[in-house]
Amino acid sequence: MTGFRLAQGGLVDRASPVKFHFDGKAYTGFAGDTLASALLASGVKLVGRSFKYHLPRGVFASGSEEPNALVELRAGAWREPNTRATMAEIFEGLEAASQNRGPSLKYDPLAVNNLLSPFLSAGFYYKTFMWPASFWEKLYEPMIRRAAGLGRNAGLPDPDIYEKTTEFCDVLVIGAGAEGIEAATQAAATGQRVILCDENAPLVPIDLPAGVEFLARTTVFGVYDGGTYAALQRLTDHLPSSNAPRQRLVRIVAGRSVLATGALERPIAFGNNDLPGVMLSRAVGDYVTRYGVAPGRNILLYLNNDDAAGLIPVLHQAGVNIAGVVDARPASSDVVHEAARAANAPVYAGAAIIRATGWQGVSGAKIRLAKGGDLALPCDIIAVSGGFNPNLALTSHFDGKPVWDAAIAAFVPGSLPPCMSVVGKAAGQGLNANIQPVFHSGFFPGKSFLDLQNDVTVKDVKLAEQEGFAAVEHLKRYTTLGMATDQGKTSNVNAIGVLAQTLGKGIGETGTTRFRPPYVPVAIGALAGAHTGKEFKPTRLTPTHEWAAGLGAVFVETGLWLRAQYFPKPGEDWLAAAQREVNAVRNAVGICDVTTLGKIDIQGPDAAIFLERVYTNSWANLPVGKVRYGLMLREDGFVMDDGTTARLGETHFVMTTTTANAARVMQHLEFCAQVIWKELDVSLISVTDQWGQIAVAGPKSAATLAKIVDSPFDLSDEAFPYMACMELTVCGGVPARLFRISFSGERAYELAVPSRQADALARALMQAGAEFGIAPYGTEALGIMRIEKGHPAGPELNGQTSAHDLGMGKLLSKKKEFIGRAMAARPALTAPIRQTLVGLRPVNPQDIIRAGSHLLPVGAPAVAASDQGHVTSAARSPTLGSIALALLENGPARHGETLRVYDPLRGGDFTAIVTHPVHLDPEGHRLHA
Amino acid sequence: MRITCPHCGNRGLEEFTYTQDAERTRPTDGGATPTPEWADYIYLRDNLKGPRKEYWYHSAGCHAWLIVERDVSTHEILSVRLP
Amino acid sequence: MRYSAFSVLTQALRGHTGWKPAWRKAAPAPSYDVIVIGGGGGGLATAYYLAKNHPEVGRIALLEKGWLGGGNIGRNTTIIRSNYMLPGNEPFYEFSMKLWEGLEQDFNYNAMVSQRGIYNLYHSDAQRDAYARRGNSMLLHGADAQLLDRAQLRRELPYLNYDNARFPVQGALVQRRAGTARHDAVAWGYARGADQRGVDIIENCEVLGILQEDGKAVGVETTRGVIRAGKIGMAVAGASSLLAAKAGLRLPIESHALQAFVSEGLKPLIDTVITFGAGHFYISQSDKGGLVFGGDIDGYNSYAQRGNLPVIEDVCEGGMALMPMIGRARLLRSWGGLMDMSMDGSPIIDKTPVENLFINAGWCYGGFKATPASGFCFAHLIARGAPHEVAGAYRLARFAEGKLIDEKGVGAQPNLH
Repeated sequence: MTGFRLAQGGLVDRASPVKFHFDGKAYTGFAGDTLASALLASGVKLVGRSFKYHLPRGVFASGSEEPNALVELRAGAWREPNTRATMAEIFEGLEAASQNRGPSLKYDPLAVNNLLSPFLSAGFYYKTFMWPASFWEKLYEPMIRRAAGLGRNAGLPDPDIYEKTTEFCDVLVIGAGAEGIEAATQAAATGQRVILCDENAPLVPIDLPAGVEFLARTTVFGVYDGGTYAALQRLTDHLPSSNAPRQRLVRIVAGRSVLATGALERPIAFGNNDLPGVMLSRAVGDYVTRYGVAPGRNILLYLNNDDAAGLIPVLHQAGVNIAGVVDARPASSDVVHEAARAANAPVYAGAAIIRATGWQGVSGAKIRLAKGGDLALPCDIIAVSGGFNPNLALTSHFDGKPVWDAAIAAFVPGSLPPCMSVVGKAAGQGLNANIQPVFHSGFFPGKSFLDLQNDVTVKDVKLAEQEGFAAVEHLKRYTTLGMATDQGKTSNVNAIGVLAQTLGKGIGETGTTRFRPPYVPVAIGALAGAHTGKEFKPTRLTPTHEWAAGLGAVFVETGLWLRAQYFPKPGEDWLAAAQREVNAVRNAVGICDVTTLGKIDIQGPDAAIFLERVYTNSWANLPVGKVRYGLMLREDGFVMDDGTTARLGETHFVMTTTTANAARVMQHLEFCAQVIWKELDVSLISVTDQWGQIAVAGPKSAATLAKIVDSPFDLSDEAFPYMACMELTVCGGVPARLFRISFSGERAYELAVPSRQADALARALMQAGAEFGIAPYGTEALGIMRIEKGHPAGPELNGQTSAHDLGMGKLLSKKKEFIGRAMAARPALTAPIRQTLVGLRPVNPQDIIRAGSHLLPVGAPAVAASDQGHVTSAARSPTLGSIALALLENGPARHGETLRVYDPLRGGDFTAIVTHPVHLDPEGHRLHA
Repeated sequence: MRITCPHCGNRGLEEFTYTQDAERTRPTDGGATPTPEWADYIYLRDNLKGPRKEYWYHSAGCHAWLIVERDVSTHEILSVRLP
Repeated sequence: MRYSAFSVLTQALRGHTGWKPAWRKAAPAPSYDVIVIGGGGGGLATAYYLAKNHPEVGRIALLEKGWLGGGNIGRNTTIIRSNYMLPGNEPFYEFSMKLWEGLEQDFNYNAMVSQRGIYNLYHSDAQRDAYARRGNSMLLHGADAQLLDRAQLRRELPYLNYDNARFPVQGALVQRRAGTARHDAVAWGYARGADQRGVDIIENCEVLGILQEDGKAVGVETTRGVIRAGKIGMAVAGASSLLAAKAGLRLPIESHALQAFVSEGLKPLIDTVITFGAGHFYISQSDKGGLVFGGDIDGYNSYAQRGNLPVIEDVCEGGMALMPMIGRARLLRSWGGLMDMSMDGSPIIDKTPVENLFINAGWCYGGFKATPASGFCFAHLIARGAPHEVAGAYRLARFAEGKLIDEKGVGAQPNLH
């Protein structure tokens, strides 16, 4: 083998070579390699540049805690910045590139930042870049932004798809090391359903009993209330780009969980410890044993505990030379001495590495010996171990504060999330034998890095303390330590250690380290899942959608509904179409699907009393077969909704709500029925989806309907007057409900049939009305006609208006209890100064009033103090021209007054006359035409 | 968070809608006048830490209103019952 | 020491040995003329403006139960804007915006106030009209506003989802003067400025009780002993009800958790602040490169500073629906903050029924942008005993009276504001 791949060993599949590219150059690895192991095997040490100083960086770790080796993976729209090379499994044709660098990785002009580093101390930017103020956005900030950031987002829509599932189990085991496998096996033996997750793919098959579902490449990244855990399963990240789902968000609902995530190694800081070639000791071991890769040929080990001594025989057996073992402990230990003797490696007890030497990579180390004096040792890798930190991030997602355990010099889990237990190394068991804590070797005057990714040094921590940022949270925020993509997994504890030394305090009293979810960064696409693009929210279609589409209707989003907005004929724009539709209704007949109005079926002996209490006006006296308009308030006295309710029987009503408020009203009525007046015998159910409802409006509406209504049902004005309702059949036996109500102001009916019949009904009505010139109309025409008639709708029922404001004060009954009664009686809700509903017409008919314009007295300055109201709804009536509804201070007293309609946002500024809100047929003659 | 609906069983938070504190008492005087008791009922809350009864609506389920006793400091559900 | 490029240069040459703590670690004196409770944005700004604008009030202390700036000032998504609609709000927020514009030079600290603009997207005619009403209101109040149609917007923000959207973007209300600021630096800048003007900033000092004599507040009992005071201002958003209860008061407030999110660092991608009009999502990019985003509150009363998973999913769905390029960006951290959700969605800056006890509360999720004006006006109220002209509507009594400032029109259900 060439490069640094060992002749034997490792768990990769040497029979399956895999070709890939890094920075455009071709390399070969084996199936089972990560990008990091394959690059190390090929002798590539320099893989990236650091965040602030753009210093050269190499692979540091072997797992998801990697701070240095971040790359852009894949190409084009699939480009995925900040991917840890240690977690990316290679596949044939993989493309990766280094990031946060100049034109080439080797020569990065921004590395000049390193020379400027005396000026770029922690928090330097808070102290400068302030003058002149305008330079921040123009000069300083763009400069900082270009230098900062890490990888480049593709800037193109993510082409991958993502899935979500919810899984249930009795026991969730997190981590499939020996401890996790044992916990899963034990739980399964008692018949419990077990899910076992591991972040990596096993290189050798794991033997698990029945009852254990194993999710590989699955990282549990968050703990949430109610035993819910969030996990990310990487389905195809190890494969070439395809149409298969990339990742799956797995919500796991578990009776209890076992955290078996082991421990993560921490380094010891020393001078130039960011050079490529400085690695965690266990990572070096992992590359040898898992991947058959020796990261170097002459490795120096720097440790302060016996656990790390395990690397010595591993390297020796792999035939890698050990340059020496620098043991920070004064006497070292038998374990180290014996291992080193067997490997013929010198031990420097009580010594420290002052600094690493080399350019863009380690070529040696300078050591301060215990007895004094310095020694230069050549080496190409420095494997460092400052001890191990229980991997307890998930335990702090529920406010648990890790606790310092001096015996093992590590933070161990504090209070745990409910029903979580921690086993093995994650709990601090069997860790850090004979450790003597050392966080920083302490001799080098230059840079000794704590946070490798964010370039936070020992000096930065000391400066932060000097400036008063000594609380751990202040330290993090002031220096950015632990805020990088690795969340400080290899840096937080050392920083607290250095801070504690600086303060002369114990670590426990200095502070603790806490982790926020997610445990590892998670793609936003995976958290969104399939609910993107057109699938962002469900789409509700009216039952006549196909029919309308066939007529060329243009549709508009109305909440979750799609409604026909207008039905253009060739050459018509929206306005021409809508005005033609209005004329058809006013002169002949039109039909419109009004299914989207909320429909609530209300039944029971107390149904009438119930309505008395939820509506402001009187209901008990409504005869069977009649419909009434009702106004509903919130408990705080402001208007909630309005609509008509029909009495189909003594104990049976059907309520309609506005489209926008359908769900809210249903929830409110259920509250009234189930909580406030649970003694009332009344039942409610939404039937919005069950009944398709079509408005038939216009002077020819009765004649049109007469052609489809079955006999003997009688539509004559005597038998079926305005505001009547009945159950009947149409079109030869289709059960239906007919309401003689009008939103347009014309003689009009609303006919409801079971939803599946509505499409056929629309077609039948078109046929029946053909001889009268029937036209379908959409929401634009509907809107014009309701503004002509002065009916309040969404812009007026905006949650800020009282009944008084809408001119409906007299609908508030004085004789009975109803929701909102008390609060509506507050003087402030009826004060004349309040903005109340009026109509508006421009003085000059050429002017077009736009909704959102404000109303000012003529001649007053255009300032807030002159603001007396605003236009809520505006329309262009085919017969009246520009008309509008507005809310105006003391409105009813000002009919006839001329006001300034001020719309500086769109350049509108003209005068209009205040009118009654009902622009057309205020006497209501047309209802009976 | 998960809530055990008496009708539907143990379900995820996303099916439910919280609305208000259930520790308050709605005045029963019919509301003829806007008394201070009404204003307090509408606008004031104890809003303290610890266990508290509150109204939740099983909006994406059976449409039942529930009185959920919950520790607002820990989100632990202590009991669920119908009003 | 005054901060400047010159001081950074000279200190660099001296090995940075000359920097002093940004603020003194003061120990409590037995009594003060004014005590401000709460070392968050509101409290720190109040102490700063009290000392700067009203030195006649005498000795001032600020009490913080933990570490300075650990509440919502250090947990928000850093947006500053003055794009409100109602006359009770807009003058206040525009006043705040003007203070932001001169803040760094005023307190000699670079809080990275970046006027990179905010786009509020609209997706329907009704939403456009509502934004027109709001934009015109802003212009009438002397703020800036602009209404863009779809074509204009597409030229400015080409990366939004225009062609495959469930709720197509129709345009935006834009405020160019809006933007972001570095939240922690705002806290530190005010702390340093207040300290230099003599305010005792006392950390790790939790208030356990409000001492009253004859119906007047006369001091506080703390974990560091009793401290007497002539006047006491409470500015502890997120815990307002808990503190007010110590004075026997109930508030029109409920505490709710709001989550915030940041992605891994990316090279410059989004050069402004964008709010989605058809879902719960807003986003900007920090100077360090992280996408900073958020959405709706979690929706239920909470004193746990953590969020739930459904809201995270909801926010990310909104993000992907609006800008599908962020799918491969990774969420790095999420966290929760506790909001004082008031009953009309607007804040309270007022006296309380207890004489000499003042309250600054109810900021919902909009407190950060208000920080300068919140402190300025609260200091004014405490010093003068009468509200500042731009904060006159923020009275406690407005709820019972029905003089609400309800921008969203959802009524007395705080989690909907």
